[in-house]
Amino acid sequence: MVRDKNLQIRIFKNRLLYIVVCVFSALTAIPLLAILGEVLVRGWKQLSWTFLTEATPNAFEAMMAMSAGDPMPGGIANGIVGTFVMLLVAAVIAIPVGIFCGICLSEFKGNWFATVVSYITDLLQGTPSIIIGIIVYIWVVVPMKGYSGFAGSVALFIMMLPLIIRSTEETMNILPETLKEAGLALGGSYWRVMLQVMVPSAFGSIFTGILLAISRVIGETAPLMFTALGGAAISWNISRPMSAVPLMIWEFFNDPNLQSLIWGASLFLLTFVLCLNLLAKRIQKKWKV
Amino acid sequence: MESIKDPILQIKDVSIAYGNNKRAVKNVTADVAKNTITAIMGPSGCGKSTLLRAINRMHELYKAIHVTGEILLNGENVLLMPPTEERRRIGMVFQRPNPFPTMNIYDNVLAGYILNGIKLSRAEKDEIVERNLRNVMLWDEVKDSLTKRGTFLSGGQQQRLCIARSLALQPDILLMDEPTSALDPIATKYIEDLLVQLKNEVTIMIVTHNMSQAKRISDYSMFMYLGELIEYDDSSVMFTNPKDERTRSYLTGKMG
Repeated sequence: MVRDKNLQIRIFKNRLLYIVVCVFSALTAIPLLAILGEVLVRGWKQLSWTFLTEATPNAFEAMMAMSAGDPMPGGIANGIVGTFVMLLVAAVIAIPVGIFCGICLSEFKGNWFATVVSYITDLLQGTPSIIIGIIVYIWVVVPMKGYSGFAGSVALFIMMLPLIIRSTEETMNILPETLKEAGLALGGSYWRVMLQVMVPSAFGSIFTGILLAISRVIGETAPLMFTALGGAAISWNISRPMSAVPLMIWEFFNDPNLQSLIWGASLFLLTFVLCLNLLAKRIQKKWKV
Repeated sequence: MESIKDPILQIKDVSIAYGNNKRAVKNVTADVAKNTITAIMGPSGCGKSTLLRAINRMHELYKAIHVTGEILLNGENVLLMPPTEERRRIGMVFQRPNPFPTMNIYDNVLAGYILNGIKLSRAEKDEIVERNLRNVMLWDEVKDSLTKRGTFLSGGQQQRLCIARSLALQPDILLMDEPTSALDPIATKYIEDLLVQLKNEVTIMIVTHNMSQAKRISDYSMFMYLGELIEYDDSSVMFTNPKDERTRSYLTGKMG
């Protein structure tokens, strides 16, 4: 047997590295837990049924409640409705476009067109959201002569698109090639095999990608300032200005009377994003290819 | 070998190149007899799978591969047919079982019809599923779990399901690319017995690494080496008295 004189040192190094890894992982978790804790402590008192079902109180109501020491009336329902409607419209446009584009990128890899689209997708993903907001302002708000929930949807659609494209592309890439060959060997046409065999097989991961895309853009504020603008009343009309939860947080911050609502709204948003992420994780596990 | 009368498939001067000048298959000519099992053997990289995949035009998925020559199915050049029609008549079973993961067992058998957009009545579907699953001796094992996913079966059962899926379209020829190499000996034995029964219905061409398998089940054997078809004969002749020195050394384990 070869005698290893350095065995003790090696065991020590091994342990040291293990401890370093653990410490750094703990350090990453601390800020997240601190944020969650802060929001939870400050926000949970605000949460109530009316907080979720009523619109923002106006300045007068808020002032009265403040001076009387009552809990703040009203809630963030206008923001919830706006966020929901705008996200829904954005997702309905982004999902088919993103999936088809992702299929294209994975199927025509190496083709010059796919390469260009792939670069553009990367750039789009890195584009600051405020720039997307300004562009949509010029493209949609100005020609339509007014802020609208639809303009907000367009901005969110553009932000979701690269995320859905990438997740579709990556999923399609890891599907075994023989699955496609098996479909074609049965005489299926190319698009039938793609849509009836490949996309369903990738569905779990694509769906996860969609959920993550939604959770990424749900907190976007900047592009909505230029497009959806915001509104104090609950509105389902997409051609009119609309509010959104992150926009409301910004408005509450700017209004000294409403500042106590910030934390409830933040808690709502954070909880929603966490739930989406947990759901995405579960689906990914269950639908593993 | 005496020439084959009324061949179902004629391979005429087929060459297959990867890229510009890497020829994987060189000027292969062979006739395949109807309702027989023809084994294609040879060491790794000899072009046997490449040749097999040319017959149902799997190469068209990959741009860099070029096939020249003629492949005639009942006298018709398959390289000129619409690929969807051609592939319906020439089925394929792959090395690893690959039932469609999102379809249940029932739909997996019908996948060929689904993917071709052919509408069937419930009774027709039931009949096709039962007949083909019985054909591959899988019916008794799965008849109570037809709505479960195909991937829930064992490897050998999955492979039989894939054979049933191909047979459901009633192809003239069934191509098999090392169909048992991912299976254990018992599942392999099952499939081999099955193939011998199936040749009454369909002509089978099977690529195999396993010489004893070829000997057990095939009527004719091809031996390929470095892209060339070295020897093609009655299996009984090939395995007892090969003509070419290279075939002999492969069969005796000195090469390959």
